[in-house]
Amino acid sequence: MEYILAVLVGLFIAIGTYLLLSRSVIRMLIGLTIFSNGVLLLIFTAGRLTQEVAPIVPEGLEVPEGTIANPLPQALILTAIVIGFSMFAFLLVLAFRAYQSLDADNTDTMRLAEPDNAPNPPLSY
Amino acid sequence: MATSTPTTDLPQAMIETVIPASDWVIVLPIALALMGAAGLMMFRRSNGIPLIGAVIVVLAIIACEIALLLEVLANGPVSMTMGRWLPPFGISLTADIFGASFALAAALVTLIVLFYAELDRADADGRDAFHPMVLLLLAGVTGAFLTGDLFNLYVWFEVMLIASFGLIVQGNRPLQLDGAVKYGFLNFLATTFFLMSLGLLYGLLGTLNMADIMRVAATANPAAMAGVAALLLLAFGMKAAAFPVNAWLPASYHTPPAAISALFAGLLTKVGAYAMLRALVVVLPASRDMLEPVLACIAIGTLLIAPLGAIAETNLRRAIGFVVIGGIGAVIAGLSMPSLNGVAGSGLYIFHAILTMTALYMVAGLVEKATGQTDTRQMGGLYAANAPLSILFILLVLASAGVPPFLGFCPKLLLLEAGLDQGVTSTAPTWLGTAMVLALLINAVLTLIAGTRLWAHVFWRSGPEGQGAEHGSMELTTFTKRGNLALGATTVLVVGIVVAGLWPGPLMEGISAGAADIVDPARYVEATGLAGDEL
Repeated sequence: MEYILAVLVGLFIAIGTYLLLSRSVIRMLIGLTIFSNGVLLLIFTAGRLTQEVAPIVPEGLEVPEGTIANPLPQALILTAIVIGFSMFAFLLVLAFRAYQSLDADNTDTMRLAEPDNAPNPPLSY
Repeated sequence: MATSTPTTDLPQAMIETVIPASDWVIVLPIALALMGAAGLMMFRRSNGIPLIGAVIVVLAIIACEIALLLEVLANGPVSMTMGRWLPPFGISLTADIFGASFALAAALVTLIVLFYAELDRADADGRDAFHPMVLLLLAGVTGAFLTGDLFNLYVWFEVMLIASFGLIVQGNRPLQLDGAVKYGFLNFLATTFFLMSLGLLYGLLGTLNMADIMRVAATANPAAMAGVAALLLLAFGMKAAAFPVNAWLPASYHTPPAAISALFAGLLTKVGAYAMLRALVVVLPASRDMLEPVLACIAIGTLLIAPLGAIAETNLRRAIGFVVIGGIGAVIAGLSMPSLNGVAGSGLYIFHAILTMTALYMVAGLVEKATGQTDTRQMGGLYAANAPLSILFILLVLASAGVPPFLGFCPKLLLLEAGLDQGVTSTAPTWLGTAMVLALLINAVLTLIAGTRLWAHVFWRSGPEGQGAEHGSMELTTFTKRGNLALGATTVLVVGIVVAGLWPGPLMEGISAGAADIVDPARYVEATGLAGDEL
């Protein structure tokens, strides 16, 4: 099972990287989301997969009986999903605003902050 | 201390005793900033209250952090674990001298920037939630400096990132949106890399508590650990804007209002550099040794390329952005030779850069306000009109280049000593230390050339390019009451930098004591209560 998920993580990250290399901001955004989902899957896999019982301690005992699933990766992933989603929402709005006011979805034409034909530095002094 | 052992038959993982009140100083700075941000959000439409409220909150944070720093200086690292679970189960906040002093420096510059920010604000500007967002940024920065858990560090990075997203688009000009797209994508990608390395580290070691990782790191496959460390280096290198992955900084830092640029320059990249120091030198020293040649190349590249960018740039704040990157090179130089001197030099440089880079952007903002221009080719003759501003600027140029009586000199001196000691006291090859010394010296000269050229163009020459004195000096905006407040705030910070540079003794002693804890983190591990446990 781990091997299948490892291949899947690799696939997610490959697709994400490919889309991130695009010039279109929307494609980059989708690429970033796929990339971060690949990373979440990686954390899940790194926590070891088991087909055992849920991590609930039976009543009257202080430690669970036998092997249980690892609950920690799920807590980590949940945190990361919430954060990743809010970042995605912000970047989506930002991309839309940039499209509105710069009239560009193409990063090659977004050159306001770094002008294309930068002037030569002054030669005095 | 929060780490006493349980006396009854309860499991060893729980804290039995009440946490002493003195331990709360470590969590209060973060809690105050978060609560302050939430509280001020409610008052954002009213005039004056956000500023006064934010100043009170930051003053309270500074008081807590001074108490924390005194405690850490007297008794060694302090640790507090959340939610009654002992480490490695609970999340620890652990402060040592480095973390506590950087957090204090961050709060001090935030206080000054709060006053400075009035420069660009009008009475009706309350709706943009500037003050809550600054407090949120401070919460993220303080949390990153004080945390003792790598996943918690990731969370603070994201808090910082979302607050900086909110700040960088304030003003909503097309230029800023362009800068924010580049800043946002690349920084989010960097934290995703960080998250990826955390997943792999958890898979290898089963723990994310820094002190616990130090105990068990040796049991894992060294090659796999080096891979994780390389990913961490990439992630923190992007956050810190180190040489090959620095493109986002000069593309975005000059776009928001000057106060926000100043805050970013002082806080964000320094947190990246500090996280790199913490993760590579303290937590994974064996993997750092494997990456040493890479670190050395990054440091030399950053030291040499950045000031060249500053010399070639005509936009004032973009040029200063390159100076900020050059400073990161000096910090990484210390990481590549982690002797006592090297680490102390890195730490002192971070402290110095938090103050000096903020002040540089503040002065640049005042220059832009006075001239109404952002391009140095359109400026000139400011010396005649506003001599105090020109003195502040040249002092900061000297401080950031590391000319002797100023603050930047002390960390560079420590780094040069560390470089010359390479091969004498450590096992690293001598030529690497020599190359580092040369790179540091060339960086100082190039930074000085870049800074003085900027000064000469903006202040010294008689008028803008193509116009001589016969055209008269350029038209300048005289400062209003808000402008004078901003000038006053900048002056206070610069005077602080000059005083710290003239009497560096206490600072050097404190940072050297902190460096001892970084080089040998035994006291740090002991503070979290993990020392002595057998594996």
